[in-house]
Amino acid sequence: MLKNFFPNKILKINTKLINKIAIFMLIIIGLGLVYSLILSPEDYIQGDSVRIMYVHVPSSLIALGCFAVMGIASILNLLFNIKFLSLISKSLAPIGGIFTLISIITGSLWGKPTWGIWWVWDARLTSMFILFCFYIAYILSWKLISNFKKANKISSIIAIIGLFNLPVIKYSVDWWNTLHQPSSITLTSAPTIHHTMLIPLIIMFFGLLIYSLIIFLMKYKIEIIKFKLKKKNEK
Amino acid sequence: MFSKKVKSRIVLLILSILFFVLIIFFIFRSLEENLVYFFSPTEIYNNQNLSLNKTIRIGGLVKEGSTSRKENTINFIITDLKNEIVVSYNGLVPNLFSEGKGVVAEGKLTDKKYFIANKILAKHDENYMPPEVSKALEKSN
Repeated sequence: MLKNFFPNKILKINTKLINKIAIFMLIIIGLGLVYSLILSPEDYIQGDSVRIMYVHVPSSLIALGCFAVMGIASILNLLFNIKFLSLISKSLAPIGGIFTLISIITGSLWGKPTWGIWWVWDARLTSMFILFCFYIAYILSWKLISNFKKANKISSIIAIIGLFNLPVIKYSVDWWNTLHQPSSITLTSAPTIHHTMLIPLIIMFFGLLIYSLIIFLMKYKIEIIKFKLKKKNEK
Repeated sequence: MFSKKVKSRIVLLILSILFFVLIIFFIFRSLEENLVYFFSPTEIYNNQNLSLNKTIRIGGLVKEGSTSRKENTINFIITDLKNEIVVSYNGLVPNLFSEGKGVVAEGKLTDKKYFIANKILAKHDENYMPPEVSKALEKSN
């Protein structure tokens, strides 16, 4: 599977394939939106503000997932010096960063009517804010350092340090008292979310995941072309 | 299997990861008190060196049948089903504040059993369901 992400394979991807995936994504997101905004019921306590969850939860998951891939790719990259792994991380960073921001914004939009406050510094929200800082630091290290080798090293170290934050985010709601509620969907027990709400959540998750994949493929291709051009110019 | 260069990198990486885990562990241990967003009534009850003049947050469930309103003031009991604290608050509570549900109050203790709040937040739990399901659940209980 990893072979599909080798630079030469990626360069062969044309706009036709991307357009096909994009149409597929629009269908899924359209279906998800209809289901989550119209068909799914309101919550017994929160009322209609439960619908914010259909964007909030998938965004948070994608934000965590992107950083996990970046961290692992950075470890392998530092160990074995594989250049295309750093290009993969570099292309994933803005996607994860934007989804972290979406997660934080939708979260506070939900928090005001539910908790009665936009933002609190509890363990979950703070660790999510720290994740956003790591994304910014990672992106800036590529932007500000012009030497590729140096930028590659420093950004990889940032991603690896940030990797420690991920289990803290995941388990913050179990380890400490937080205002944020614990997870509704866990591996060990039945979900505490009714299936009429779980189905649109899953559809929206896949829709946004495919969206991320499209943006990633486009960005990754550009990064590869940039990298090859730079190498050519240096020669 | 690996070249010498890669081997030394692996060793370096594992050592630095261990080092970081240790540092983070100690940071968390020293921050323990600040990481907790609120204390439960039992934690307050067991706390020996409690300072009454500090603003703290306590949280738990609003005890069923304990709320009473007088003009702008609302009194209720926060319970964690073991210990209870009486809370007095002057002002409007969030819409989702209700008996049997989670709540977090910010303010000062006057003693271990009495709390004057200046901010009330409703805590939502991890249960999501349509109103009909919740009614059906209540009926079967």
